[in-house]
Amino acid sequence: MAVCVAVIAKENYPLYIRSIPTENELKFHYMVHTSLDVVDEKISAMGKALVDQRELYLGLLYPTEDYKMFRKLHNSYTDVMCNPFYNPGDRIQSRAFDSMVTSMMIQVC
Amino acid sequence: MDRIKLLWDFFPFLSAEPSVVIFLSDVLKIVCRSYGRAPKMIHLESNFVQFKEELLPKEGNKALLTFPFLHIYWTECCDTEVYKATVKDDLTKWQNVLKAHSSVDWLIVVVENDAKKKNKTNILPRTSIVDKIRNDFCNKQSDRCVVLSDPLKDSSRTQESWNAFLTKLRTSLLMSFTKNLGKFEDDMRTLREKRTEPGWSFCDYFMVQEELAFVFEMLQQFEDALVQYDELDALFSQYVVNFGAGDGANWLTFFCQPVKSWNGLILRKPIDMEKRELIQRQEATLLDLRSYLFSRQCTLLLFLQRPWEVAQRALELLHSCVQELKLLEVSVPPGALDCWVFLSCLEVLQRIEGCCDRAQIDSNIAHTVGLWSYATEKLKSLGYLCGLVSEKGPNSEDLNRTVDLLAGLGAERPETANTAQSPYKKLKEALSSVEAFEKHYLDLSHAAIEMHTSIGRTRSARLVGKDLAEFYMRKKSPQKAEIYLQGALKSYLAEGWALPITHTRKQLAECQKHLGQTENYLQTSSLLASDHHLTEEERKRFCQEILSFASRQTDSPGHKIVLPLHCFAQLRDLHFTPSNAVVHVGGVLSVDITMCSQMPVPVRVEQIAINVHFSIEKNNYRKTAEWLTKHKTSNGIINFPVETSPFPTSQNNLPALELYEMFERSPSDNSLNTTGIICKNVHMLLRRQESSTSLETPSGVALEDGAHVLKCRDVTLEPGPNRITFRTQAKEPGTYTLRQLCASLGPVWFVLPHLYPPAQYDVYSQEPQLRVEPLADSLLAGIPQKVKFTVTTGHYTVKNGDSLQLSNAEAMLILCHAENRAVIYSNTREKASDVSLRVQSSDKVTSISLPAAPAYHMIEFELEVLSLPSAPVTGGESSMLGVTEPHRKHKDTQKAGHCMATTDHKVSIDCPWSIYSTVIALTFSVPFRTTHSLLSAGTRKYIQVCVQNLSELDFQLSDGNLADPGRGADLQLVPLNAKSPQHISSKQSVFFVWELKWTREPPPSLRCQFSVGFSPASEGQLSIPLKPYTYEFQVENFFTLYNVRAEILPPAGTEHCRTGSLCSLEVSITRLSDLLDVDKDEALTESDEYFSTKLMYEVVDNSSNWAVCGKSSGVISMPVAAQATHRVHMEVMPLFAGYLPLPDVRLFKYLPHHSAHSSQLDADSWIENDSLSVDQHVGDQLDSGSIRSRGSVHSASSSEHKGLPMPRLQALPPGQVFNSSTGMQVLVIPSRDDHVLEVSVT
Repeated sequence: MAVCVAVIAKENYPLYIRSIPTENELKFHYMVHTSLDVVDEKISAMGKALVDQRELYLGLLYPTEDYKMFRKLHNSYTDVMCNPFYNPGDRIQSRAFDSMVTSMMIQVC
Repeated sequence: MDRIKLLWDFFPFLSAEPSVVIFLSDVLKIVCRSYGRAPKMIHLESNFVQFKEELLPKEGNKALLTFPFLHIYWTECCDTEVYKATVKDDLTKWQNVLKAHSSVDWLIVVVENDAKKKNKTNILPRTSIVDKIRNDFCNKQSDRCVVLSDPLKDSSRTQESWNAFLTKLRTSLLMSFTKNLGKFEDDMRTLREKRTEPGWSFCDYFMVQEELAFVFEMLQQFEDALVQYDELDALFSQYVVNFGAGDGANWLTFFCQPVKSWNGLILRKPIDMEKRELIQRQEATLLDLRSYLFSRQCTLLLFLQRPWEVAQRALELLHSCVQELKLLEVSVPPGALDCWVFLSCLEVLQRIEGCCDRAQIDSNIAHTVGLWSYATEKLKSLGYLCGLVSEKGPNSEDLNRTVDLLAGLGAERPETANTAQSPYKKLKEALSSVEAFEKHYLDLSHAAIEMHTSIGRTRSARLVGKDLAEFYMRKKSPQKAEIYLQGALKSYLAEGWALPITHTRKQLAECQKHLGQTENYLQTSSLLASDHHLTEEERKRFCQEILSFASRQTDSPGHKIVLPLHCFAQLRDLHFTPSNAVVHVGGVLSVDITMCSQMPVPVRVEQIAINVHFSIEKNNYRKTAEWLTKHKTSNGIINFPVETSPFPTSQNNLPALELYEMFERSPSDNSLNTTGIICKNVHMLLRRQESSTSLETPSGVALEDGAHVLKCRDVTLEPGPNRITFRTQAKEPGTYTLRQLCASLGPVWFVLPHLYPPAQYDVYSQEPQLRVEPLADSLLAGIPQKVKFTVTTGHYTVKNGDSLQLSNAEAMLILCHAENRAVIYSNTREKASDVSLRVQSSDKVTSISLPAAPAYHMIEFELEVLSLPSAPVTGGESSMLGVTEPHRKHKDTQKAGHCMATTDHKVSIDCPWSIYSTVIALTFSVPFRTTHSLLSAGTRKYIQVCVQNLSELDFQLSDGNLADPGRGADLQLVPLNAKSPQHISSKQSVFFVWELKWTREPPPSLRCQFSVGFSPASEGQLSIPLKPYTYEFQVENFFTLYNVRAEILPPAGTEHCRTGSLCSLEVSITRLSDLLDVDKDEALTESDEYFSTKLMYEVVDNSSNWAVCGKSSGVISMPVAAQATHRVHMEVMPLFAGYLPLPDVRLFKYLPHHSAHSSQLDADSWIENDSLSVDQHVGDQLDSGSIRSRGSVHSASSSEHKGLPMPRLQALPPGQVFNSSTGMQVLVIPSRDDHVLEVSVT
């Protein structure tokens, strides 16, 4: 079960962020933001040859006793990027993407 | 040595009653291969234990460690009797016991002692006992009996027997071990497969698998041992997850008992026997099990030198324990888990610290920092729970809770009791008092922040810092909280995280309020009031904060609090009226701005002001009134980029390129000079990126004090877009740049420090001006033409009674109509009024009364002017009849091509605003060009006048008339023209012809005046009568004196001329009149009242149709008498076939060289006249002239006879010679033998 899905721009601002328990939205925002620390570390480690660059799963990003985070919606994100009307760097407002995320969240719940 | 030690170990058994020994021995290096694992060298450490029957494994025994692998029977017996009497029985008994326990691994050792042997007399051969034993017990495995001879001696025999024994021992032991281990693992797996059965117990299974782990650990196979624990871990976790999914196992309910003890992990002992026993007794709680499991994993990992994995696993373990307790719905007292986690974190950290040095720890902070911050977090929540964070300290309820929590910790464990900094002590101390808690919490927080920062995890550090800030806020020390909040906010802003920004800002506002930082608080409040992530109520609350502050009376009046505008309202666009943002002095300019108020409620602003910077740019062409009014034609709307505050792109990223096409045209003909692309915001792109901009500090917004301010008072800004209009009256000319926008609410000033893109307006002052220009491209003379007068009033105000005084030009009339209308336009070309215009004309002066008009307006009116046609200049100059072109001046020739002749009229105008007269030149073009020619038919004469219309207009020509002023009735001009008016289209010509008749001898020259009435064809009746167009000219020598007739006769006997054959050319020159005045010149010779004149004829064929054979020219003496005829005969040869025109016969007067007219001819005439051969110096070569090219005549004659006084030739005026054979043609037929037929058609 995914409780929060976020797509982060390479400048570290959120392109898309949605969480299911909406009352805790703020907490998720903090959490996702903090997890960028680890993302940064992992990405900078990618430059080193040892890490398999095809590995898209980044693993545990933020130590929390409440949830585990996943990152697995790359395909849908690629679709969004292929939209000629989408300006890279803008916030994602695609309905298709939104419903995909919803399905991801509900799937296992 | 080993061996001796070993024996000494034996001897207790040996010296005692020889008995069966459970054996594990020596340092045995064994290659162990089991279950497909890779073969490994293992150390097998063994113990020797005396045989007891109860030690033998019972059925279903799971203990592998205490398992007897090999049974050895030791005997010293060397005596058959003894053997038979006791040893054999004993052995049999032993064997039976072993069999009963299905133990097949045994060995019998016979120790032979020489000493003993010697004492006995009835000794059997040495081998006999061994053989006996072998016979009796080892029926097929004779190697199960080993002999150890004289073990204490140092002989080679002893050595040998020891070696044999040890080898045997080794293999036996290994075989047994391998077999039993395999069996054990099989059993274990079987047991695991039974886990779905109802009675299955996890704890039992745990013990079994742990046994295996112990064995591996003992064999120093820590990896394998760890695998066993990991399997157990995974199995347990899976059960918990399944439980959560509704698939509960019975045994799991054991673990669901309420948590009563939370004393954390214990990692200092290799095996926590206490907990192990609990598990064994199936009394362990979930935390017990997890703690024990982890302590074992930790021990093994530390053996494996992987302390960092411990840290990582610890974090996972702690998380999953918390989750599992939640999943299993275990009741946990509040705070208990926090205690447990806190203690565990510290325990793990201390354990790791205990086995690593400082440098190692420092370089692996990334692994431990999670535990640190987790501990911090937990301590924080404990603090909150126990009322240690509040300002007042814990109340009784908090204290009770603290006591309960401490009770759950139990007593400190003995192994840490002596440690000063044990987790237990720390927790106890932290919970003991507010001050102690603060100290510990701050220590931990700072440590966590420092560690996060040191490994570059700034975001995590910020988050811990934010917690710390919250703590400080609770402790009422906002000054300490502020820095953390600012730091956090900065990083969220930098990365554009809207919700955290809002939240942190809210905290910061609170903090700033406590700190009394008015400006900062108001700024944060305004940001929050405009934040859409907050609820409406919250936004209103913050907005109210600002408003109430603004309405409050301040102690120091005049003190301004300057805040940036963007958080209060955003400037969207700006619009100038007039839209070109150019206004004259005294004019009114209005600036409309659209401001988007970000406030949730309508806000009444006392004043909105725009500071304007004024600059005078002198000598700048671009700032002249003309340029400004004409060129600045944008729509006047300036859009300001919408600032997206939560979006970091505006800060981090460069703005998008603003590219525009650029065309530069040449000012004269509008042709393209250069083209390219320009980037308009290059100053933004090439700007150095500021490394760190303080985002939330009250940006040093400086309030500019300018003399020029546009103001708007008492504006209520509704939420959303508002339109505000500023009006100003322009004063000084110059450029005004809008600099700052500020809105003031009492002492609070919201300031937009820079308007970008820059907006500016220009004020200009203009001198009054009069411009007169024709409406059409050019003015035509002779017909009424409209001229537009434009009075640009500039700063001058036209009063009633002001008039323009035009001094009339002679030949130009200003036509006054009854009604002239003038239109007054405003500066922006809007029509202001339409008034009638009074024009009064007197002889000299035309006075135009201007209508009253305010400054910076334009008065436009049109007047009709008429340039009186004057006789074209050509008339008087044409001295020679009919020949016009060659004698025109160069200037005229140029004009005569396509351009019309022009006349300029200068009008001087007195303007009321100036003491000087304005002189205006109007150029009129004469629409016609007239040429005349004299035509002859024998002696009859005709005058032809050609009127060519050069203009674009069509005209109607009427009353063409040719008059001969000053002549009597003896000369008559008979018109041959149509009486009706003639239409002459644009670029067309009309011809008029008169026959010239005379009754008396005509005068040598005749002055004529041609006049024709004309009017534009398109217009009907014109209001005023137009003057006719006149053309004066003079014709001279128009009386025909000679008739020249040429005739070509075919050769005798033939009917036609043929090409290539000679024909005769007969030229007859006939004098038509007696002596006339015109004949009296140098060529005339008189002898006996008989006059003759010398003429030269010349036959020239310009079209090269004929070849003149023999003399082509000659001089004749022509008697001056009527009908005197001179005939010349010559031969010509036609060169082509067809109807050929006759060759020209030219006649010249042959003047003697001493002529008074002999003047040096200029080179131009030579060139110009070459085809005419006028004044050609004809010498001897005329006589010797033959077939030659025409070009050579000139070169020869001019070069040879230059400077010599030569006779001159003078062409006879065309009117005096009539060529009666002009236009005649002769048929020439091609000669028969011509191969090539050339036919010339002319």
